[in-house]
Amino acid sequence: MTDVIAPPSVATEETATELTLPPQVPGHGIDEGHSGGHEDHGPSGILKWLTSTDHKVIGLSYMITSLVMFYLAGIMALLIRLQLSSPHSSLLTFGQFNQLFTMHGSLMLYLFAGPFAFGGLANFIVPLQIGAPDMAFPRLNALSYWLYLTGSITMMMGFLVAGGAASFGWVAYTPLASSTSSPGAGGDLWIMALALTGFSAIFTGVNLVGTIFYLRAPGMTMFRMPVFTWNMLVTGILILIAFPVLTSALIMLFCDRHFSTHIYTAVGCHLVSGAPYSGCGSPLLWQNLFWFFGHPEVYILALPFFGIVTEVLPVFSRKPVFGYKGMVFATMAIAALSTGVWAHHMFTTGAVLLPFFSLLSLLIAVPTGIKFFNWIGTMWHGQLQFSTAMLFSIGFLFAFLMGGVTGIMLAAPPLDFAVHDTYFVVAHFHQVLFGTAVMGGFAGLYYWYPKMFGRMLRENLGKWHFWLLFIGFWVTFMPQYIVGLLGMPRRVASYPSNLGWQSYNIVSTVGAFMIGVSFFILLVNFVVSWRNPIPAGDNPWDAHTLEWFTTSPPPHHNYTHLPPIRSERPTWDYNHPNDLTVPHGKTARLKKEKVPVG
Amino acid sequence: MKIEALFLLFLGVFFGVVGLVYWFWSYEDAGGMMLLGTSLLGFVPGSYYMFWHRRMGKRLEDRDDASIAEGAGVINSFPGSSIWPFVLGMGAFLSVLALVFGMWLIFLGVPLILGAAAGVTAESRRGGHV
Repeated sequence: MTDVIAPPSVATEETATELTLPPQVPGHGIDEGHSGGHEDHGPSGILKWLTSTDHKVIGLSYMITSLVMFYLAGIMALLIRLQLSSPHSSLLTFGQFNQLFTMHGSLMLYLFAGPFAFGGLANFIVPLQIGAPDMAFPRLNALSYWLYLTGSITMMMGFLVAGGAASFGWVAYTPLASSTSSPGAGGDLWIMALALTGFSAIFTGVNLVGTIFYLRAPGMTMFRMPVFTWNMLVTGILILIAFPVLTSALIMLFCDRHFSTHIYTAVGCHLVSGAPYSGCGSPLLWQNLFWFFGHPEVYILALPFFGIVTEVLPVFSRKPVFGYKGMVFATMAIAALSTGVWAHHMFTTGAVLLPFFSLLSLLIAVPTGIKFFNWIGTMWHGQLQFSTAMLFSIGFLFAFLMGGVTGIMLAAPPLDFAVHDTYFVVAHFHQVLFGTAVMGGFAGLYYWYPKMFGRMLRENLGKWHFWLLFIGFWVTFMPQYIVGLLGMPRRVASYPSNLGWQSYNIVSTVGAFMIGVSFFILLVNFVVSWRNPIPAGDNPWDAHTLEWFTTSPPPHHNYTHLPPIRSERPTWDYNHPNDLTVPHGKTARLKKEKVPVG
Repeated sequence: MKIEALFLLFLGVFFGVVGLVYWFWSYEDAGGMMLLGTSLLGFVPGSYYMFWHRRMGKRLEDRDDASIAEGAGVINSFPGSSIWPFVLGMGAFLSVLALVFGMWLIFLGVPLILGAAAGVTAESRRGGHV
């Protein structure tokens, strides 16, 4: 291993490279840093994708795979909605319906929303935002992707085995998930798939935290990091809290299914000195373990997208983010509280501490409210530009607000008892997760696509995509609130025709197909972008953060030069020397100094 | 490294307090244990980072006034490309499939895992790659 004292752009790739930090751009004006990116760096073609440890290639691999999973899960959702558009539809058998809603939820939550954010966008963007040449552990990063890909294949293999895919819901409650109630290889493949993707997520969490703690450029202090990077740091910590619990719980579930361990079953109970449950397992233990993962998981899925929106809103409002530190501390507060509220999913079991979990759940509204205040404050008096990314970000605000408000309702046990396991809950969590992962996720895709590929997506097609999606979103999920309040339970393939539920289900199905059409437009946009590329340039949005300083797409190891980092907006400061960012906490003092004396 | 350390120590304190309140209010084992574990997840690395912060002082990335030029020189060693993560991933894939479809698959999976472990070690020692 040789020490190569040269910028990364001239370092050989024949051996592992000792990277050097690129020199600072000498002053403003000529941009000497925008020239790299076209050297020969190792294998090409399929071998490049198999062997690359470059965070950008791995990030793109994650995004492509997760988008495939998203489209597959979307097709499953359309089949589910078609089935429910009439009370006694024979489109699907009950067994097929159970498999589809299980796999729809599993693909969306485990294989799309999380991996797209912390595997895809974070992998690609975080090292760029902090001025790092790569992730801290590149080979571990590559391994994470291969575990994720093979985990995804393992889960989809369920459709090919006798008995079909897993059909016990994405939460796999015991004893329904036991080998007695859900026999067959489909359930086992589901468990093994989540074990693989669980390890993948843990490795990615380690990598994110290590990268952010150790590979920041000089001057990139913690409180100069972009909010997206902050959110990914907090997400990485949440992953390290939550995923080991899930992975170990899954291994125990597998042992229950095959080795008769009875960890999650009450078989074998015996009385010992008046303790009626001593010496036996408990189905509620699975719920406790699962939701100790599951509720932080909601924020593992949400926080990255909060970060994306916090990047997009300032750029298209032509302002710095309002309340930077407030945003950071609110993220921490949300993450901390979200780890203490797992049992609010278990209110109706009658075996959890209602006031404790209700109180902590309600408290999450406070930091979330701070975030909303700051997002609106960022746009307030800004020069708003309604690009596609901006539209998706504003759409996110509306969608997540509705999901959040109904979340506060569900945090109150009396209301939760009334609507638990009805379509009201289905509507709530789709508004939360669709609002964040889809609205926020595609805001990020439209925003960073030029950086990733050096070409633009078409704005007119993007706006068609947004409006069809946005309208379809409300048309799909608002009727589900109503039909839930009318009493329609979730996870049913048929329902009585005399209860007035069908009309709401038809409207919901129409909305789902609008969403489906909107994603067909996105595919068209990709094709148009590749066949007739419009070059993006390095910084098409006149954006603020460091990733926009380098070329589009960035060179191997990201930077040949870096600008001085004196705020959370180094690229803006470099490009606008007469409008430098005011350091945090200095606004009031600077204004005071400007007041003429006497 | 001080902010990083404080960030993790805050995590430890928060979950320590929440865990104690939860335990003495509910006497529920699973949740109490998980909150305690989460508290340790904050305290252990947080203490480590604080220890190193006190020995090292501020790094360039912790200083407001650090310039890029001050950081010139070697950052770290990064592999160019490597086949071994792929091999290891395939080994893990076949090994978990063995638990579902039959243990014969383990004879394909485990050699791949061992081979990848050896390969990545050798690659790291000699600094080369495939």
